[in-house]
Amino acid sequence: MTVERGAAGGVIVADVTEEPLNGADLLGLVGRESDGAVLLFEGRVRDHNHGRSVSCLHYEAYHGMADRVLRDIAGEALSRTGASAIGVRHRVGSLEPPTVSLVVAVAAPHRRPAYDASTYVIEELKKRLPLWKREEYADGTSRWLGGHSPSTPDAPAAVDE
Amino acid sequence: MTEGFEVTVLLFGRHRELAGESALSVSLAEGATVRHIREALDEHPALTGLAGTAAIALNHRYEPDDSPVTRGDEIALIPPVAGG
Repeated sequence: MTVERGAAGGVIVADVTEEPLNGADLLGLVGRESDGAVLLFEGRVRDHNHGRSVSCLHYEAYHGMADRVLRDIAGEALSRTGASAIGVRHRVGSLEPPTVSLVVAVAAPHRRPAYDASTYVIEELKKRLPLWKREEYADGTSRWLGGHSPSTPDAPAAVDE
Repeated sequence: MTEGFEVTVLLFGRHRELAGESALSVSLAEGATVRHIREALDEHPALTGLAGTAAIALNHRYEPDDSPVTRGDEIALIPPVAGG
């Protein structure tokens, strides 16, 4: 990942990667002495969905655009909530449960902006990040999960939530 | 006489699998908009009924149907997204 040198505030990192994610490492990169709250969210591949046993999730991204969208979302989260630093990384490739697929690390002076910023990033990336997943089941079948159409932001929530 | 131009549209996820290609070529007339890309893709046998509801990105940004398309734009058809 590309880390902005010397940055303890702002968007520390925002990217889509094929590499394994390490939440603790990311958390260590955010925050200054004025930040009293740091928060780490990890999204993990679940072993079931709608009553079916999931053996693997295959994630695919539109790489050039996805990095830009993630960075936009992270920047918006900072400006809307007053959080001081964010790092967000989404993994792609074939991931088995309980592999970490998403990490969001946030630092803020107080707890409320930290929670708000973390929530904002996750909710917005589900609506806008050009990334898809195909669920593979224990019985050998698979399907692309339905989701959110970015052209219609008021569409119903993703079916996998 | 107005000259048209060819653009390449990137496909992802379910669209890519259905079309059997990661990109499709589309012919547009001068002055074409996002709507024309959508209509052209909807005529592709594998994408009929799907392109109409997908989003379209020009140069990494989602664009409404009336946005103009120009030569050299990076164009992508974006199926419903499902991050997390």
